[in-house]
Amino acid sequence: MDAITSREELDAWRIKYLGKKSAILAILKGLGSLPVEERKVAGAGANSLKNELEALLKEKEASLAGGQAGQDKAPGAVDITLPGKPVDLGHIHPITQVLYELGEIFTSMGFEVVEGPEVEWDYYNFEALNIPKEHPARDSMQTFWVDAPPAEDGREMLLRTHTSPMQIRVMEKQKPPLRIVVPGRVFRYEATDATHLHMFHQIEGLAIDKGITMADLKGSLYEFSRRFFGPDRRVRFRCDFFPFVEPGVEMAVECAVCHGSGCRLCSQSGWIEILGAGMVHPRVLEAGGIDPEEYSGFAFGMGIERIPLLRYGIDDIRLFYSNDLRFLRQF
Amino acid sequence: MKVPVSWLRDYIKEPFEADDLAHRITMAGTEVAGIERIGSSWEGVCVGLVLEVNPHPNADRLRLVTVDTGSSRNEVVCGAPNVAAGQKIAYARIGACLIDGHTGQPATLKPAKIRGVVSEGMVCSEKELGLSDDHEGIIELPESAPLGIPLTEYMGETVLDLEVTPNRPDMLSVIGVACEGAALLGVDPVICEPEFTGKGESIDQLVDVSIEAPELCMRYAASLVRGITIKESPDWLKNRLVNAGMRPINNVVDVTNYVMLEYGQPLHAFDYRNLAGQKIIVRRADEGANFKTLDGIERKLSSDMLMICDGKGPVAIAGVMGGENSEVTPGTTDVLLESASFLPASVHFTSSRLGLTSAASQRFERGLSPHLALKALKRATSLIAELAGGMPATGCIDKAPGLKPVVPVPVKVSRVNGLLGASYNREEIVSTLELLGCELLPGSNQDEMAVKPPYWRSDINIEADVIEEVARIRGYDTIPLNMLDKAIPNQTPNPMLGFKRHLRQALVGLGFSEIQSWAMTSSVMLKKVLNQAELEIWPLHLKKPMTVEQECLRTSLRPYLVSSLASNRRFEEGAIRLFELGSVYLPREGNLPREPQILAGIISASRVKEHWDIEPEKTDFFTLKGIVEGLLASAGVQAEYLPSNDGGLKPGVQAAIMIEGKQLGVLGELHPQVCKAMELDESVYLFEIDASQLLQYKLVDKSYRPVPRYPAVLRDIALVVENSVTHSQVMEVLSGYPLVVDVKLFDIYTGKPVPEGSKSMAYRLAFMSDKKTLTDQAVDKVLEQILSRLEKQLGAVLRR
Ligand SMILES: [Zn+2]
Repeated sequence: MDAITSREELDAWRIKYLGKKSAILAILKGLGSLPVEERKVAGAGANSLKNELEALLKEKEASLAGGQAGQDKAPGAVDITLPGKPVDLGHIHPITQVLYELGEIFTSMGFEVVEGPEVEWDYYNFEALNIPKEHPARDSMQTFWVDAPPAEDGREMLLRTHTSPMQIRVMEKQKPPLRIVVPGRVFRYEATDATHLHMFHQIEGLAIDKGITMADLKGSLYEFSRRFFGPDRRVRFRCDFFPFVEPGVEMAVECAVCHGSGCRLCSQSGWIEILGAGMVHPRVLEAGGIDPEEYSGFAFGMGIERIPLLRYGIDDIRLFYSNDLRFLRQF
Repeated sequence: MKVPVSWLRDYIKEPFEADDLAHRITMAGTEVAGIERIGSSWEGVCVGLVLEVNPHPNADRLRLVTVDTGSSRNEVVCGAPNVAAGQKIAYARIGACLIDGHTGQPATLKPAKIRGVVSEGMVCSEKELGLSDDHEGIIELPESAPLGIPLTEYMGETVLDLEVTPNRPDMLSVIGVACEGAALLGVDPVICEPEFTGKGESIDQLVDVSIEAPELCMRYAASLVRGITIKESPDWLKNRLVNAGMRPINNVVDVTNYVMLEYGQPLHAFDYRNLAGQKIIVRRADEGANFKTLDGIERKLSSDMLMICDGKGPVAIAGVMGGENSEVTPGTTDVLLESASFLPASVHFTSSRLGLTSAASQRFERGLSPHLALKALKRATSLIAELAGGMPATGCIDKAPGLKPVVPVPVKVSRVNGLLGASYNREEIVSTLELLGCELLPGSNQDEMAVKPPYWRSDINIEADVIEEVARIRGYDTIPLNMLDKAIPNQTPNPMLGFKRHLRQALVGLGFSEIQSWAMTSSVMLKKVLNQAELEIWPLHLKKPMTVEQECLRTSLRPYLVSSLASNRRFEEGAIRLFELGSVYLPREGNLPREPQILAGIISASRVKEHWDIEPEKTDFFTLKGIVEGLLASAGVQAEYLPSNDGGLKPGVQAAIMIEGKQLGVLGELHPQVCKAMELDESVYLFEIDASQLLQYKLVDKSYRPVPRYPAVLRDIALVVENSVTHSQVMEVLSGYPLVVDVKLFDIYTGKPVPEGSKSMAYRLAFMSDKKTLTDQAVDKVLEQILSRLEKQLGAVLRR
């Protein structure tokens, strides 16, 4: 039976074992000639064998029919290719998805996720971060000022231009050691185009403890890159300037398109700049009420929109805030 | 900052590759954004001499030019008006690669017959060499240009385009870049100390300088050169300026620009004879005064701005731009050169308030060292004397109320390695810093030292600055990678994060897609969707909004939620479900606004049949209510729904979401007026919940109740009540009977035989005890009590 693969072979098998001239039928026919006692035993045996053979036959018929779906219709068969009744599932915004992914990575590395106000005092956004008034570093962070009277101490209200103010707020509230990441919206007074937005997202990181070094910074950010971008992407650290860190660092990962040989996406450099970082500036520690002689730390900040932009090859950053379902459904 | 590499080679005598240097500079903190190779494509172009120029036989505007290259003579057809015999020119032979004058694209020069005459090559204009868009005349090379040498060799250049960070004024100077580059290459730069020879009267007798605002002006140095001739600068100077991105003007102005590029120190040249009283007074501007800058624009001043004045009044805005009134003109014979140091913040203030940035202001606001001023002044004075033929007066004026000696920074070897996690030894640190031009002073032990940075590095002030210098010159790749191995700090979990994630996922399961909208909207839009003539909450406005559509901070998520539904409806016939979870900004007196996290969702029915076996779903208030109930149940919260009065929602088809007596949100059908205003021609339903407040009611600790051990007994009853009787009134009665564990309203019916003005409500009640199996008699007994109570309180009659 196991060797049978076609209807014809199965028919031949049926005739041979269950047909009019089969051995089993001969036995059943011949029962009458046996003594009563023997007839009972032989009859039961022959019938059970016959049932067994018939069951085998049925099973094989079914399996052969299954192999030819649509040709042999079982009663009540349906067109299984018709669309199912839809269960509508929505989509989480791609930016939210990336923020969750990053949050999980940093949480597993011992960082706590905290959030802070989007409308801030200039003190937290600038002065406490070692960006005094009239410092040219402010020019790269064009600010939306809020039309509200200044606070009693002269602080002015603005839309935060980065997530870094939370560095100070957390230092003011918590004693070191601390390890936090801050995802959130930030605002820059910048004309909107395919690569610029006046509102976007950042994630900020801060680790402060006794004896934290730049080697820790490099190791932590390398580990982040390994988990987020994958172990085969090389990482590059170069010097850069941000007023609230010293030394300052920029981290780039190898361009995923050209693997370092240079292409249009990476402006021929082979590298994609991913984040700014550095060792927390002593003046920033002091502003947060932490003694820089005793503690050190590192901080980093990363723009979020760039990541899905690169990952999915999105050509216009404005799509993230278009609220267009044809876009959102792709994620 | 554009830096011609040949200029760097004036100071770095050892050979180096431009690409290698660019990479090192980039890695050390100043990104080289581009490397421009002028002349790299000039193959087949060389210096030629025009022997003769003859008219073209067939065209008035064309000429036949015979060009000698030393090894050959060629006849070229040329249309340029300025071609003349005896000129040195750039000659391109057939096969040279040039920029096509018409298409602007590189093209190979092919043999051509122009109006019947064969042209054996071309005399090039700047455009064909890719130097500029100037196509009018040919380039005239200096007479000294060696005949026949490839043009690339004669005037090719490699230019590094640096993106200088705000902390490095020194990188806005060629000498600064050379010092940085030399340190990165591990060699010593060669920089000469500038000096000039004056003659005759001392400058002190010729000019009187006084600083009336020493808090804004640290140093003011000046020199005087008399008897000069204003003319064009020599080619080497003009070429360097052009390659560095500046336009040559005349010899005096060009020298001030050249020295600014070289040293980073801005200089200004005044026409000495136009300075009233031969006086310079450095003082604050008169509040509200007007001043016309070099660019011919009238500027309004304030008393926070520093001015350079003569005996009559202002002649320049300090550190930003000079005035028209003291400008150097072709007739100028005596120039007063200014080289000063102004307070960086003051220059930044003035330049940003006036909306006027200049090469000078960009340098001053980064914090130039006052030590630079005198060196640059001497260099410029000697160059002007050399190029403009004048004679400097003896000496310099040097008023320096704010000049401080460079202070050594104490540094410990242990701290360098402690902050970097590296293991440099003392010698490595010392030699690295010496490469940068630092002076090393020994400390009291092997661990300590004091580092006196070179005067041009005004950014090195504290130990951390020195540590960065060591790290970046040795290379960040010499610092090891280390996984944070310290104990994980104590954490204060923030339940809001998990809660928000839960809400998002629950809504996605209910078919909602998340949108993210701008934080800014307009009061007009808010009035529209909230259906308020005057806004109940006046939103915080921006001082300078980008557009009127985004003039204020949103106090509601509705504007973008409703407009997104409308915009998606243009291409979407099916059901639309959108939500947003984000901040709104509620103003508070004397404080930052409150930023509660609001969850808002909007739904709209499908307008077409979408599935072969399903009729389009009917969407109404109860669809929305079911979603809200389900969402809240998933958060472990039970709400009560009370009639509400939200102006943006349709009266009578809306409810307040009440939790423990407090309103946390609202749900209902969008008001028809709002739909009309937002151009929606369908029924739309919307809910809004304050997620921040909801969190406080969220069931954190779920408590266990034993799984029932006894079966439930079901009874269906149909009650005829007056139309005004509500479901919640029935539920209130039923809640008084602990044996009733579940109630389902499975039908509502009006019409015969139910009397007019009444309705029949059919309920399925589940009775259960946790002590025993209930008998039919026991259930019937309780049901009887319930029915009589319903009749007494609500006039309900059992429908048989
Ligand atoms: Zn690439």
